[in-house]
Amino acid sequence: MTATTSRPIAEGLFTWPSEEPRLIGAACADCGTTVFPRQPSCPKCGAQDMAERLLSPTGSLWTWTTQGFLPKAPYGGPETDETFQPFALGYVELADEVRVEARLTESDPARLRIGMPMRLVVVPFRTDPDGTEVMTFAFAPAE
Amino acid sequence: MDIAIVGIGIHPFGRHDGKSGAQMGAHAVREALHDAGTTWPDVQFAAGGSLAYALPGGGSMPDTLVNELGLTGVPFVNVANGCATSATAVLSAANAIKAGAADLAVAVGFDKHQRGHFNAEPETNGVDDWYGELGMMITTQFFAMKINRYLHQHGIDPAILAKVSAKAFRNGALNPNAWRRQALTEEEILASRMLNYPLTQYMFCSPDEGAAALVLCRADQAHRYTDRPVYLRAVTLRTRRFGTFEVFSPWVALEEADTPVQDASRACYEAAGMGPEDIDLAQIQDSESGAEIMHMAENGLCKDGEQEAMLQEGATEIGGRLPINTDGGLLANGEPIGASGMRQFYETVLQLRGDAGPRQVPNNPRVGYTQVYGAPGVGACAILTT
Repeated sequence: MTATTSRPIAEGLFTWPSEEPRLIGAACADCGTTVFPRQPSCPKCGAQDMAERLLSPTGSLWTWTTQGFLPKAPYGGPETDETFQPFALGYVELADEVRVEARLTESDPARLRIGMPMRLVVVPFRTDPDGTEVMTFAFAPAE
Repeated sequence: MDIAIVGIGIHPFGRHDGKSGAQMGAHAVREALHDAGTTWPDVQFAAGGSLAYALPGGGSMPDTLVNELGLTGVPFVNVANGCATSATAVLSAANAIKAGAADLAVAVGFDKHQRGHFNAEPETNGVDDWYGELGMMITTQFFAMKINRYLHQHGIDPAILAKVSAKAFRNGALNPNAWRRQALTEEEILASRMLNYPLTQYMFCSPDEGAAALVLCRADQAHRYTDRPVYLRAVTLRTRRFGTFEVFSPWVALEEADTPVQDASRACYEAAGMGPEDIDLAQIQDSESGAEIMHMAENGLCKDGEQEAMLQEGATEIGGRLPINTDGGLLANGEPIGASGMRQFYETVLQLRGDAGPRQVPNNPRVGYTQVYGAPGVGACAILTT
């Protein structure tokens, strides 16, 4: 029996492993602007004093779309032209913080609407050749 | 110093196997020079726009045009500025004339892109690799999410997206230089494959190939080249401010600012001493049909939410009160990024001269407007008059 290992798609994006994962953003000490992911200086005021901030795990859907065709490189998903199924993505507004772009776990347009409550989840994205499961953040409907 | 456009040239848009982007650019420049009754050695400044060489897959650098046109030593500026590449080339040429550095200048734009949607490298666009890996680095998604929210906010029926496309292909059918020249019904457009909700396949333009060029000069010398000069009253360029929603954005600020198009548009009207009410026809960025709807309002050509009624009454048709994208726009011409804005200038001059043939806007239009928008959050506008 081999133990399944997993890794986040990138370091520093979300807390993992965790019972309640959170996105890792940053807030400007000068003007309060919140960004995701972290960046060293503030895109609003230019100050270089950004402090790490764990973002709210819940929010509301600000806008969304579906991806109806297999993307070209640099897409790193596991699908082929034959296996590709449309997925959805959108921006989720985290109150008083920032709007974050993410893949959504629900891909049916009939079940997505602007303003609906969403919650952060961490889900498998693909498996590396060595068997390591690559995990990503995503948002799921919360109602 | 006023600027006149005294020559225009175009290479048909579409697919041209075996022909380089630079060769198409040279074709457009030769046509524009011929139109102005002048020759390449007389050109004192040139700005050439192309973006393919900066994208995955590559392409010719604009400066390679001089190998085709003649090595005259002319000051030649390479321009790569996202979807505002052509407009920036026009701006550079106009500024050189205004500065007194040249009396006669050429602005040219060309491109030759690979088939299928544009793919972009995360690093080139200032985002991390994971963003591209997750499949969120696709320009079409951005346009779909922007129009999805816009329709929701303003209570607009998504069915008008098909009306915009149907108009584009109808106009394209009248344009011998267009790529998509077959009219499609709204039903066919709505029934085509859903690429990015709410946008179907025939609501999107595709990357392709083509070129267009202008000859510009000091307005007081225009009579040497033409008896029908068209004047460049203003050309303005703006980039995104904090609080706008742009392509390739892993996050968007909660506070909202006017878009680069709104900023460029306002500055353009102000510089020209005109307002939206003065515009007789407009060529605006329709990367997809939703963009035309949103850009109508961003350019002040209507208020948010008025688009549905305008389209229902045919206001933006060639014979309507405000014809938009009379040559079929990006939807029918495709998008060679570096040439797309120059095509808008070409079409506007053609219309203002009264030379647009079966797609000519009636009643002698006198004021034309152009606008481009795209990655990484750049907009440019121009106003041309007879």
